[in-house]
Order: sequence, then C-alpha cells, then structure tokens
Amino acid sequence: MEEIANLFQGFAVALQPFNIAVMVLGIVLGVIIGVLPGLGGANGVAILLPLTFSMPPTSAIIMLSCIYWGALFGGAITSILFNIPGEPWSVATTFDGYPMAQQGKAAEALTAAFTSSFVGALFAVVMITLVAPLVAGFALRFGPAEKFAVYFLAFCSFVGLSKEPPFKTIAAMMIGFALAAVGLDSITGQLRLTFGSTELLNGFDFLIAVIGLFGLGEIFLTMEEGLRFQGGKAKIDLRVVLRTWMSLPQYWMTSLRSCVIGCWMGVTPAGATPASFMSYGIAKRVSKNGNNFGKGEIEGVIAPETAAHAAGTAALLPMLSLGVPGSPTAAVLLGGLLIWGLQPGPMLFVEQKEFVWGLIASMYLGNLVGLIIVLTCVPVFAAILRVPFSIIAPLILVLCAIGAYSVHNSTFDVVMMLVFGIIGYALKKCNYPLAPLVLAIVLGDKAEEAFRQSLLGSQGSLGIFFSNTLVSSIMILGLIALFWSVIQNGFTRLRTRTAAA
Amino acid sequence: MKHLGSCLTLAAAASILCLGASLPASAAWEPTRPVELIVPAGTGGGADQMARTIQGIITKHSLMKQPLVVINKSGGAGGEGFLDVKSANNNPHKIIITLSNLFTTPLATGIPFNWKDLTPVAMLALDEFVLWVNADKPYKTVKEYIDAVKAAPAGTIKMGGTGSKQEDQIITVALEKAIGSKFTYIPYKGGGEVAVQLVGQHVDSTVNNPIEAVAQWRGGKVRPLCVFDSKPMAYDEQVADGKGWKDIPTCKSQGLDIEYVMLRGIFMGPKATKDQIDYYVELFKKVRATPEWQDLMKSGAFNTTFMTGSEYAGWVGTEEKRHETLMKEAGFLAQGN
Repeated sequence: MEEIANLFQGFAVALQPFNIAVMVLGIVLGVIIGVLPGLGGANGVAILLPLTFSMPPTSAIIMLSCIYWGALFGGAITSILFNIPGEPWSVATTFDGYPMAQQGKAAEALTAAFTSSFVGALFAVVMITLVAPLVAGFALRFGPAEKFAVYFLAFCSFVGLSKEPPFKTIAAMMIGFALAAVGLDSITGQLRLTFGSTELLNGFDFLIAVIGLFGLGEIFLTMEEGLRFQGGKAKIDLRVVLRTWMSLPQYWMTSLRSCVIGCWMGVTPAGATPASFMSYGIAKRVSKNGNNFGKGEIEGVIAPETAAHAAGTAALLPMLSLGVPGSPTAAVLLGGLLIWGLQPGPMLFVEQKEFVWGLIASMYLGNLVGLIIVLTCVPVFAAILRVPFSIIAPLILVLCAIGAYSVHNSTFDVVMMLVFGIIGYALKKCNYPLAPLVLAIVLGDKAEEAFRQSLLGSQGSLGIFFSNTLVSSIMILGLIALFWSVIQNGFTRLRTRTAAA
Repeated sequence: MKHLGSCLTLAAAASILCLGASLPASAAWEPTRPVELIVPAGTGGGADQMARTIQGIITKHSLMKQPLVVINKSGGAGGEGFLDVKSANNNPHKIIITLSNLFTTPLATGIPFNWKDLTPVAMLALDEFVLWVNADKPYKTVKEYIDAVKAAPAGTIKMGGTGSKQEDQIITVALEKAIGSKFTYIPYKGGGEVAVQLVGQHVDSTVNNPIEAVAQWRGGKVRPLCVFDSKPMAYDEQVADGKGWKDIPTCKSQGLDIEYVMLRGIFMGPKATKDQIDYYVELFKKVRATPEWQDLMKSGAFNTTFMTGSEYAGWVGTEEKRHETLMKEAGFLAQGN
C-alpha cells in the first residue's frame, strides 16, 4: 500500500498549476509532432529537450512525457485521414482506419482510435503502479533468443492470416527483408547492398518507405480515380463521439487482449510496433468480424491502437527501472534524465521517489488531458476531409516531403520517398499486399540481429530457441499462429468426418 | 541535382544549404546563423548525451548568440555524419562530436573518409572502459576471472559489447591476446542494452563505459574488475558497496597490460580559418567551466584531459596509428584498405 500513498503524493506534485500548464502545452506540441510524418516522437522530444533545462526536473519530465503522449495520439490522425502513418506503430491503424474514413466514418475511426489509446495507456500505467518491481525483473530474462522469438511471433501472427495469395504475401515480405538488409550490418560491421553509394549507408529508413508506399501511393491512386476524396461527406458533429462510445464496450475482449499484448511487448522491450501488428493480426483471426478486417472494421482500429499505447507506456518502465529504453523516444527521455542528474536504474525508485511518482501520476493526468483535447478536436480533424482533393493533395505532398526530409535532413530521402510512392502504386495495382512488406522493413533487421546474436551465443546451435520454457513457449505460439488456418481446416475436416461416421 | 531537388521541394532547407558557402572570415569570427552539432551515433548513446548536455549548457548560460542544433547522423556506423562534415567545405556552422568510430568506421567499412579531412578543434574529455562481470558470479578479481576464462572451453565465455569492429570488440581482441583464450563477442546496438544483458546473464562480461553501467553497479547487479587506463579514475566519491571509481584498479596493475580510452572531441569541416577554430575553442572552454559539465564528468567518471591545436592533432594522429595496428591484428580492416 506504500505505492498508493506514494502515488497520491505524486498527484499532489503533478497537480501544481505550473505542472498542469506544462502538461497541456506538452500534449498540444506532441499532437502537432505526431501529425507531421517523419518528425516523430523521438525527434520531437530531442528538439524540445533543451527547452526544459530551465525547469525543475519533475516539471521537465512531465512536459517531455506529455509530448510523448501527444505524439502517440497524433500519429493516428494522419493514418486514418490520409493513409499516412506518422509513426511506425500507426501503420496497422491505417488498415481499417483509412477505409473507414473513405466511407465517411472518419470521426468514428478517430474517436475509436483516441479512446483505445487512452484505454491502452491507462491499463499500462495501472500495471506500472501496481507491479513495477515484478515486471522489471521479467524484462531481464529477455536475451537475444527470447527477443527473436517475439519477432517471430509477430511475423507469424501476421502472415498466416493474409487473404492475398500466399505467393504474393511472401514476395512482398521478401522485398521488405531485402530493403531492411541495406546499410551497415550490425553483427559484422560490414556494409551490405550499398553498391559503394554513400547515400545508402543508412539503409532505407522505415518512415521514408511508409510515407512513400502508403501516403504517396494512395494519392497517385486517388488521382487516377479522378481527383475525388470519397470521405468528403463526413458529418461534423460532436455527438458522433458519444455514439461511437456507446458502441465501444462490446469490444471489451479485443481491448483487454490488446492491452495485455501491448504491456508485454513494451516491457520486454520489443516496442510498440510489433505490439500493434501482433494485436491486429490476432484480433483479425479470432474476431467474428474477422472477414471484414481491412475493409473498415472498427475493431481493426481498436486492436492496434490499444496495443501500441499500452506498449508505448509500458516501455517507460524498463527505462526507469533498468535504464534500457523500450523505444527511440524513451531513449531520448533517458538522455534527459541523465542531464538532470537522475540516474535511471534499480535505485531510481528508491532514491528519487518524488520524481518517479510525480511522473507516474502525470501519466494518468496527461493521458486524461490528452484524451479530452484530441476528442474535442475530432470534428475539426474529420472536417479536413471536406476540403477538395485538388487543394489538399498538394498540401499532403508538401507535408510528406518535409517529413521525409526531416528524418535525416537529407534530400536524397525525399527522392527515395517518391520512388517508394511509385513502387507502392505499382504494387497496389498488381494486388500485392503492402503490409507484409512494411512489417519486414520495420522488424526485419531487428529480427535478423537477434537471430544472429542468439546463434553467436549458442555457437550455431538452433537449440537455443527451445532452450528454456520462456523462449520455447513463445516459439510454439508462433508456429501455431503460422499454421493456424491449416490446423483449423484439419479440425473442421476431422469434425465432419466424425459427424459423417 | 542535389541542390535542384532541395530547392524545388524544400525552399527553407535549400536556402540554408545554398548560403553555406564562402562567408568572409573577419577578425573575431562569430557564427552568423544556427550552428549544427552533428552526432555520428544514434539518440540516447554516450556521444548523443554529451552533445545534448552541451546544447543545454549553451542555451542555459547564453554562451552563443546563435542557437546550437544537435543532429544525429548515425548511418553506416557514423560514416554518414563524417561524410556530411567532410563535405562542409568552408562551412564554419557545422561541427561534429566524435567517438572512436572516427578511426574504426573508415577502417572497417572502407568509406572514403579520414580524420585529416576534418579540422581538429578540441578534445573535451576521454571516456574510460571498465571490465564488468555479473555481481552474482564468484569472481572478485581480474585474476579469478581470467582463470575462469582459461578453464572454460574456448569460445564458451560470452563478451557483450556495443557495435561490431568498434572499440568494445577491439578491447575484446586485445584481451584474448593477453589471456591466450577466445571469447565469443556478441554485438548489441547500445551500451545500456549491453549492461542489461550482463545483468540478465545473457553475456558473461562487458567492457561498458562507466556511464553505461553505473546504474546497475549502484543497484548491486554488476561488479567492476579493472579500468583500461594508465592510472585509476579520479573520482573518489562512494558509488556502491563502499567503493568509488577511484577504487577500481587499473587492468595493468592486475596483470592485463591493456590501455584504451575513447576520444570525446570536436572537429570542424575542411578549410576552417584560425578565427573560427579559436571561437569554438573559447566556447568549449566556457562550457567546460560550468557546473553542469562538471556533473556530467563526475557521473560518467570521465578523464577530463583537454587539448587543442597541434597537441590535439598529434594525439589523434597517434591514436589513428594505434587503431590501425589493433584492427589489422584483429583482422577487422575492410578489403582494399
């Protein structure tokens, strides 16, 4: 119960007027950062970090973490409205969010996304409050083999369910893996597939690929279809928020499952991106509306958003208690902590109680403030779609170009984005699924790294992936997910046979 | 083509690029527009932390009239950042903070870059390396650890480190030579991750920088055995188990004749004038005098050697030769080098 007392003390710290002002400012800045593709939470926090040096550490970290929440909320906006994910973990949100917007249900999709974000984050904060020490210890059990098993599970839970011909799914995924391999190989320190070009040293940044494949590809398609935005008839009405809320409780099971997946991924720390893909994949498989996924099913928005935010929030736990950032943004926050003389690690919870509980209390309040701010803006965001396409398309293009440029301050990336846009258009025309390609770009090199680290440690023996209960159970889950449809078919056939006999 | 593309798509950024050339050097030069501080490593790492602290100090104490902007260019083990500054001919508004990848990246990857392409400004500090083991393991001294390594079959002891063919692996190879046994070196992305892998016993030892492992040491999870420097670190304040940084013996005194420190220094692009170099030297002297900088030095147990001018260039030259020898012996050189 000591934790509860500490938490209330934390609320007292977070509720000081200055801290509340800082919180609102942080959320608003964060939403803006999240909306601009490419700027991203990590860059945004890094840019704004020096602003906070003149504040007391607790206020500073409240502001920075609120920027982080804001960016998490903001990432969903462009995903749903324009099919441009502002952050890697928003990609899965586009799968159903964008079709919803096209059907004129942008407001519903946004409301569902924001509310799910809030639920996911809240679940993770409650977990941090109650079981912080226990969970932190769990993260230590994750070596390279366990990490690879998690990535394997993410791939499997996503691949097995694709409706496109398996050959096309695999082809798209292999293109993704090949693109992910470009640049420096972190295991041998050698350059791969750069063909002597210094521009390719960095490899293909995920964000460039996604802005091009999804955002530009979509604009090209719309242009071909005659410069029309199908979502133009979206109604501007705050009541739609309430209506959507009424329909949300029936998806409690999806929410809960996504929360658990998110927290698990955030703590391990695999991060929000695999969490969102995995959650979407599993929801699609077990939901009774599974066949509608990808065509504008609200559950397909709830699942990835809940998981991404639960993971994003839970990622702060290993950062505070172990000093390992669970996400790039958490890495920048970590740098901030060090500058204020706060050493994250096992002793932080003991030595800096006021700071830690002030931060945790600000997570509760920051999320609530964030939800209120973004929800009241839903009609405004949705109204953007009423602007004629011929006006908004050039604006989106400029936004994409700025986003691509700001990832590495490189004009080469802007050209690459255009190339990816054309590729995205061509693949869509030929009915190749883009999601497996993007999944491979995001997680491909991480999975490869973990795989090779494991094999280095085991001296080449694959047995390491089944060497203890933790890693074996994750791997087996992955295999089940991969062959789920085969298993299901087998069961159905067995049942019909017994029925016939 | 590059300029054309940028002017078309991004007028603002292009104007910065296009204006970059040829500002006449007058007496007592001062920056006339924002200065970019390039970090050839990712966000959250040691170099990044130092760069952002410098940015904070300069902002807080108003040490510059123009803002300082930190930009990470980590591609190709930092090669992206070095090539960027190398191409900043006559652009005094771009400086870079380096780590050992100044030497190791061009040697290991063969990218067209050498530190002589840049203009040395100042050495800010040297980062130490410490041999760490998990606190639950029985070895209390270097000797006990070496005996355990020798007793184990070659390659079964795992050494975790940051990056491949970079400082941590160079030290590991030197250790192998000194001990006469083999480690399995496992590269990770960042120093913090390495420290946690040691706590979780996924590796048996690490050569983390002090700042990367100090939190785990204070939490009683890891144990320092020795420091790879010629003399013990200067900080006697107690950190954990009644011990301070000063109490960690040098590896040499423990029978491991290996010394390695890592440069944390500032360079400018080619063709910088003396006035411009002097401006930055004075700036960093002021930065080093602030209490925030002292705090950073203390928390990371840095060696606070400061060098400028020909002394600094000489030091860098010697280090380059040393890295070339070390990496050649380890077989880390890129083909064609």
